[in-house]
Amino acid sequence: MTAATPLPVPADPASEAPVTRAEKRKKRSSANRAATSLSSRTGSLVAIIMAVLWTTPTFGLLVTSFRTQADIQDTGWWNAFGQLDRWTLSNYDMAFNGGGDNATPMGDFFINSIVIAVPAVFLPLLLASLAAYAFAWIKFPGRDWLFVAVFALQIVPLQIALLPLATWFTRVGIGGTFWALWLSHTAFALPLAVYLLHNFMKEIPPSLLEAARVDGASHMRIFLQVLLPLITPALASFGIFQFLWVWNDLLVALTMLGGSPENAPITMELNQISGTLGNRWYLLSAAAFISISVPVVVFVFMQRYFVRGLLAGGTKG
Amino acid sequence: MASTLRRTTSVIGVAALAAVGLAACGGSSDNSGNNASGVDTTDYSDWCSMKDQLNGKTVTLYTSIVTPEDKPHKDSYKPFEECTGITVKYEGDKDFEKNLPQRAQSGNLPDVAYVPQPGLLQTMVETGKAMPSPESVSKNVDEFFGKDWRAYGSVDDQLYAAPLGANVKSYVWYSPKQFKAKGYKVPETWDDLKKLTAQIAADDANAKPWCAGFASGTATGWPGTDWLEDLMLRTAGPEVYDQWVKHEIPFNDPQVATALDEVGSILKDPKYVNGGFGNVRTIATTTFQDGGQPILKNKCYMHRQASFYAANWPEGTKVAENGDVWAFYLPGDGQSKPVLGGGEFVMSFRDAPEVNAFLTYLSSKEWANEKAKVTSGGWVSANKGLEIKNLKSPIDQQSAEILQDPNSVFRFDGSDMMPSAVGAGSEWTEITNWINGQDTKKTLDNIEKSWPTS
Amino acid sequence: MPALAPTVSAADAASKFGTMFLGLAVFAAVFIGILLIASLFRGKYAEKAQAVAFAGPAILFIALGLLYPAILTIQRSFYSGKFFDLNAGLGNAKAKFVGFDNFQKLWTTPGLPEVFLNTLWWVLLVPSLATGFGLLYAVLVDKAKGEAVAKALIFLPMAISMVGATLIWKFVYYFNGEPGGVQIGLLNAMLTGVGINPHDFLGAFPWNTFFLIVIMIWIQAGFAMTVLSAAIKAIPDDIIEAARLDGVSGIQLFRYVTLPSIRSSLIVVLTTIAIATLKAFDIVQASSGGTLHDSVLANEFYRRSFVTQEPGLGAAIAIVIFLLVTPIIVFNVIQMRKDQA
Repeated sequence: MTAATPLPVPADPASEAPVTRAEKRKKRSSANRAATSLSSRTGSLVAIIMAVLWTTPTFGLLVTSFRTQADIQDTGWWNAFGQLDRWTLSNYDMAFNGGGDNATPMGDFFINSIVIAVPAVFLPLLLASLAAYAFAWIKFPGRDWLFVAVFALQIVPLQIALLPLATWFTRVGIGGTFWALWLSHTAFALPLAVYLLHNFMKEIPPSLLEAARVDGASHMRIFLQVLLPLITPALASFGIFQFLWVWNDLLVALTMLGGSPENAPITMELNQISGTLGNRWYLLSAAAFISISVPVVVFVFMQRYFVRGLLAGGTKG
Repeated sequence: MASTLRRTTSVIGVAALAAVGLAACGGSSDNSGNNASGVDTTDYSDWCSMKDQLNGKTVTLYTSIVTPEDKPHKDSYKPFEECTGITVKYEGDKDFEKNLPQRAQSGNLPDVAYVPQPGLLQTMVETGKAMPSPESVSKNVDEFFGKDWRAYGSVDDQLYAAPLGANVKSYVWYSPKQFKAKGYKVPETWDDLKKLTAQIAADDANAKPWCAGFASGTATGWPGTDWLEDLMLRTAGPEVYDQWVKHEIPFNDPQVATALDEVGSILKDPKYVNGGFGNVRTIATTTFQDGGQPILKNKCYMHRQASFYAANWPEGTKVAENGDVWAFYLPGDGQSKPVLGGGEFVMSFRDAPEVNAFLTYLSSKEWANEKAKVTSGGWVSANKGLEIKNLKSPIDQQSAEILQDPNSVFRFDGSDMMPSAVGAGSEWTEITNWINGQDTKKTLDNIEKSWPTS
Repeated sequence: MPALAPTVSAADAASKFGTMFLGLAVFAAVFIGILLIASLFRGKYAEKAQAVAFAGPAILFIALGLLYPAILTIQRSFYSGKFFDLNAGLGNAKAKFVGFDNFQKLWTTPGLPEVFLNTLWWVLLVPSLATGFGLLYAVLVDKAKGEAVAKALIFLPMAISMVGATLIWKFVYYFNGEPGGVQIGLLNAMLTGVGINPHDFLGAFPWNTFFLIVIMIWIQAGFAMTVLSAAIKAIPDDIIEAARLDGVSGIQLFRYVTLPSIRSSLIVVLTTIAIATLKAFDIVQASSGGTLHDSVLANEFYRRSFVTQEPGLGAAIAIVIFLLVTPIIVFNVIQMRKDQA
């Protein structure tokens, strides 16, 4: 965080505490023994094992996506390396063509997914940052209880929340439109967004804000001029998570877009690619990698924000 | 021209009858009195001549049928769209069964929906938003479908939905080559089938006579309930079957136990299952899509599954009487011919000329034959006007023959008609428990206990 | 998907993007409007008015989008009937008040009680292990060469869709019980490779629940790793330098400097994953639908609400899930109090 901020940040008194404790501990141990470094060879080995464990299942699916149905059923995916001549792009071909010869090209669904995702990331970020600011830095009665209620409501399953929203949207005439999707995604994202951003905001040294308050700055000015630059990385990071969820969402789209298949996102296409009775399940392997491509590009592209981003102010002891 | 004329006179006839007194018409048009807009006495049979009235209108259609099976459906509307100027807006959804009742509640219903279960049909009628079938649909159903099919599309004797497609579930898939090589004959009775099973088990140490797979996500267990229903039809007969489905006899009636034990005599015998997968318990974890595949590897000889399993064979597999795989009718006593099956019904939620014209088209023999012509395989209908030669795949032709056979006694999949708490709930889970070792009595008792009281 | 237009028409795409920019503009205008209104207030009520302007819109969204349905759910749990919406005014399908019948069914419906125990295992194991693995990995790759790529590998499972994840694990757990049969699942291929009998990972009770839990840990570790890695990066360099100068390093540095510094982030991660776990049903649903004694509350909530058409019972299960989140809330409140003290 210190490195990320363009403003001079006064030393956080709280952050000294751990060192003090560590010093005490050191004195007690009274030995200057050779430190066992976590980044030692053992550490690297553990990291590599973890990476292999985490990646192998996905890698198996990647290999599977280049095999025919019969091969997939007959032998394990690792056998594919002994049969390089049998690799095929037919699953990708089918998936790109929507699994049928007259199906809508995947391009349509990509456009829809983008049109859905961008505002569905933008709006919750705006509203959550405002609310998180209020919960962290404006004193008002019942603040803490409201905050607890907000994050506790994360537990409400989307499935029960969808029907009332869909009913209202139909009544006001935006059922089946992108607006219905944007507003629902916003409502469902807010508890977690507020919770995460609040955690970040309250870590910002109070002295920064108090100085601005003394100068007579309004909350609007503090928010825009002091807070926003500081939390830009956090906003970007949460934005990526939200993008991921919206991009992979099927449920909200299914409910809100009922009757408007022309607005369907890519997940709806991928969901039915396996056929009415799931007999073409093997196409799901290719479909999964087509749909994952965009989030992974976004993730890699935004790495710098992840590094310095989410909760980057977590320095309290 | 002459036919149009005749049709017109018959319309006048119907209208006159309606004028004389609706009550006289009997149950089927009872509702037209208290639901003025519900039943239209206009005859839509000649939809093409109504172009002036219908041109430019749109009908929204919502179904559970997705790629690739949706394409022939869309293609089959083309002649209708061309001659009426109506656009049919198709929407397929794999979560159709969950979402249709929800869309009724959120006020976002389609004009027309293909409902695959009589139970769901009844639920939709209970919402009060379903339209009774117009007169011209009712006439088509009388003309082209059996009384049993009309009953499945009706609630309290009022027709709400004409049948559309159908499938035959009483099939046993096998490899004709393998049967020929071993000198086995397609059995004619259930007892012969059991003898054949024992013989295969004795002959071939490297394979099992049967393979099965019950796993199907949320619906895990349904292939097992199909087995039970098929055996109910054979050991207890169609009448008892009907009583059982309507809960006029309890679910744990001794006759049901007999049927389930018959299923168990095959599926729970480690000598007979689960070819290509392992022991009995693997049935519960094998997906229904994988279930019959070992037949291709000669690891298993027989797999009981519906006509739609034809789509599960890998590309290049020849599905024919003398091909790689084929299906024979699951035999009973050799005399009667009970057939277990399923199908979709066409419900409507908007009373408008363009919707009614579309419904009439779908219930006609013109549509059934058009659909047959544009489908490469995997579709059949109980429509008696369907000419079997129009169907392209041999298995579809065989299914149509079975459906149209006057000796066949068709019964709809029972779990699709029972209350969902049973048919889509306890029956599935308890059958899965049963295959994993739970005894017949406890299984049936548990299902009976879960039957909704109201 | 239904093909309305056979190809992407440029006009169609343009109009969709037009809608998107209109949406963005409207949202931005609302945002600016709120700030302007908030800044108008001066004097005695300024603080409260600004609080309302800042937090109001989010709270309104949450109240309408989540709180209202939660209240409807509580109401619904006391009714029987097929329909989800008690007040939809649907024909003759009236819901009936049944008191606590639905809650009683939680204990009397065959197969339901065991679901509680399974859920307990999920909510105990997933947050702790996913956070543990995520933290371990974040620490190990911190400042290592190729850190970004290394992190992307663990992040990948988060980004993959649920349908993809299900298929992925099929090829890990797949079981062929035929003696000498070909194992197309990785684990059983390895077991048989070293001469051990294959195991039915997803079928054999009671361990199948734990193999499903592994999938959830696999997914959630990426979330924990990402958030905690960011928190570790944010520890001011001078603190670490000071500690190093004092000769603190390795495990001690982790324990006495890193861990205390990221405590609040750890709480956020644990809480978020715990809540996500309580709500997660797709893994169970996609494997066996919960028919192999491996169901969890969220799966039963879904099944009863939408598949078996017992929304009253589904609502009662949802209430239980709401109640299970209470300890997590209490834990957070205690931590908040500590921070404020």
